[in-house]
Amino acid sequence: MAGMQIKPILAALRHHKSGTALIALQIALTLAIVCNALFIISQRIAHLSRPSGVDENSLLVIQNQWAGKPSVDETASLVKADLATLRQLPGVADAYATNAWPLGNGGISFGMGYTPEKQASVTSTAIYFTDQHTLPTLGLKLIAGRNFHSDEITQAKGVGSMALSEIIVTKDLAEKMFPHGDALGKAVYLSAKPSTIVGIVERMQVPWVYSFADNWADRSTLVPDQLSTPQGSSYVVRVKTDQMDAVFHDVKKALFAANRLRVISPKDGVQRFSDVRAKAYKSDRGMAIMMGLICVVLLAITAAGIVGLTSFWVGQRRKQIGVRRALGATQRNILDYFLTENLLISTGGVIVGALLAVGLNLGLIAYFELARMPLAYVGAGALVVLLLGQLATLAPALRASRVSPVEATRSV
Amino acid sequence: MFSYYLELALRSLKRSPGLTLLMVLAIGFGVSASMTTYSVFRAVSGDPIPWKSSQLFVPQIDMWGPTGRSADGEPPNALDYIDAVALMRDHRAKLQSASYRVAPTVQVPGSGRHPVSVSGHAVYSEFFPMLDVPFAYGSGWAVDADTNQAAIVVISGELNRKMFNGQNSVGKMLEIAGKDYQIVGVLGKWDPQPRFYDVVDTGGFDTNSDDVFIPFTRAIAMGMSNAGNLSCNNNPAEASFAGLQRSTCIWIEYMAELDDAAAVQKYREYLNGYALTQKSAGRFNWAPNNRLRDIPQFLDDQHVVPSDTKVSLMVALGLLIVCLVNTVGLLLAKFLRRSSEIGVRRALGAPQAAIYAQFLTEAGIVGLAGGVVGLVLTGVGVFSVGLVLPKDIAALAHINFSLLLLTLVVAVVSAVLAGLYPTFRASRVQPAWQLKSN
Repeated sequence: MAGMQIKPILAALRHHKSGTALIALQIALTLAIVCNALFIISQRIAHLSRPSGVDENSLLVIQNQWAGKPSVDETASLVKADLATLRQLPGVADAYATNAWPLGNGGISFGMGYTPEKQASVTSTAIYFTDQHTLPTLGLKLIAGRNFHSDEITQAKGVGSMALSEIIVTKDLAEKMFPHGDALGKAVYLSAKPSTIVGIVERMQVPWVYSFADNWADRSTLVPDQLSTPQGSSYVVRVKTDQMDAVFHDVKKALFAANRLRVISPKDGVQRFSDVRAKAYKSDRGMAIMMGLICVVLLAITAAGIVGLTSFWVGQRRKQIGVRRALGATQRNILDYFLTENLLISTGGVIVGALLAVGLNLGLIAYFELARMPLAYVGAGALVVLLLGQLATLAPALRASRVSPVEATRSV
Repeated sequence: MFSYYLELALRSLKRSPGLTLLMVLAIGFGVSASMTTYSVFRAVSGDPIPWKSSQLFVPQIDMWGPTGRSADGEPPNALDYIDAVALMRDHRAKLQSASYRVAPTVQVPGSGRHPVSVSGHAVYSEFFPMLDVPFAYGSGWAVDADTNQAAIVVISGELNRKMFNGQNSVGKMLEIAGKDYQIVGVLGKWDPQPRFYDVVDTGGFDTNSDDVFIPFTRAIAMGMSNAGNLSCNNNPAEASFAGLQRSTCIWIEYMAELDDAAAVQKYREYLNGYALTQKSAGRFNWAPNNRLRDIPQFLDDQHVVPSDTKVSLMVALGLLIVCLVNTVGLLLAKFLRRSSEIGVRRALGAPQAAIYAQFLTEAGIVGLAGGVVGLVLTGVGVFSVGLVLPKDIAALAHINFSLLLLTLVVAVVSAVLAGLYPTFRASRVQPAWQLKSN
């Protein structure tokens, strides 16, 4: 039925070339922007929902600095005392001292290779200072090998003095270095001496969430060292179920009660892991929200434009509509006429818009290193825009369908 | 005459309030979305030291060789201790300073107050004159303080306010990491963003103030370890901070002032010669691969302006364009609806120019109204940026007079531009045709 109307519609559109072109252009631009924006949103959501591999809901991070300037040997015992204090706290399940944690955006990265010269460094990896308490604290899943033994843990005075003879690596790193799945027991080189992989954990994300580490986001190395520098150490604490608020509130007091000569920043000295995550991904979330808002505004404006122009056309054609009604066209025929007209214009716009969308995506790839957008986004965007066009036309088209046949007899 | 057009325009706009409102809102939303993202863009892409940025250079030396380069062959973006100190010793630029980030605890000796943790930099004496750092009290230090590893410190105005109630504290003592330092200078307001002298540790933006500046040589002598990023291509051979200083791990920023092209060329040759010397000494076994970028180039190379910001600016501009296309369509509808009115005016002798003036005035009024709506929405937008974007970037976006003016100008100009085509169409209405058909 709608098919029969296409010819007169095309004839009518020829009288409104510029109006038709403007709506089609607006739809094309809207489609190009909306599907790219949707794609960016989905990329951001994928980025910020990447699992860190640690048991985030149960973790607290404490950044502790020593006041005054204890010697390296003193700090080793200070760290041990602190860990004992932390583990004795009611509500604390376990704790360890470290330099960095996933999503913390600060830490040490090393190249890892098959030879000591590292002329062929295979990949970058994050270095986490850990001990035998790390796996249970973070809730890391050991999928092969073993945890560190307590007698393997050394006191590292700095990055230079790390013990690296035994290491635990993440599955992603193990597979990168040894694609045949036989990484356990193998030697790799982080320094001049070989490091033996004694354990493999399922997953532990590196500290950096920005593009710097995009290609090796899950390649972490755990070294059996307790970092004791005179500046201080950070502690990662595992809290028992439902004790988070209590521990978050009391932990600083408990540490100060044990030893006053320290500085824990009131601002971010003690952080829940959820805060660490929120901070790390704030820009991703912000970008997704902004893009979402822009999409909504864009769709609203385009819909408003369609309502406006269609209303104008309806007003202009009242007489013709009246004549058609007088000649026997039903209200339904008139409604269909305007809906089909919009569908034709929108389809034209969608075809141009699909090309623009792909072009825009290619531009973003070239200048901003964005990923390639799957065509499904263009399809989904096209569907949304077509539906929007039909909905926006509905109100003026209904008004048109209620034009009385009497209008045909009026002179203006 | 203009007041007549103004009256005509207002009357016409009042006649179709729905359509008018649509246009005003479309322009308002389009302009405010672009202005909000522009305010963020303007904040992060600013030149932190515009009068001098093209004379300040960051040397990069390829101490890691082919295995340590980025995919596009770039050498590391910071220096190791050996090279930084060698460049300082050779002293080939007019002014230069190596620096690294420290995060010591400080307290006023004998005050009994609990120490606080601050952020700061270990720098050379030429850091202050090179970066035109403003002083509220005192000054930086002389070259001999570098040589003597003097226990002196320059503190920020902020720290001075916290520790000494903003009084002139020059000459007073400050305990830093357990040792006494004499204050020689207090900075005025100085918070350059991007934080161009330490992009490596801040990524470009930092909401924390830099509170203490102590002589580089002193910090090294006291074993005050690096609080910034540390990257190593090879594990240092020895333990300890001293071992780090003998390694090729990078953790030191470097800046040199070179006043003209000849000086830049000479410095390039010097760096090349330095790399060749290192090669013949057996430290490097690869051809020199240095870089010498001025501040704008270095900030660009380090992607200090987040690409997010650029993408959102582009998307917002796209939104503005859609709003304009929308306005063109609506104005066209509005103007052509009045074809008979135009026909009468033309028949009574109004020239095409009068029709132009009348309709462009109307478009301008729509633009102005859209601009006012846009101002309010831009205000809301800039405020909301703080809710969704990271603090260090959002804090920089702010509203000022030029942004407000720009919002209005963009709104009016784009509405008038959008009105051009509909006006052109209106001016071509044939009076005879309109009069006849009615």
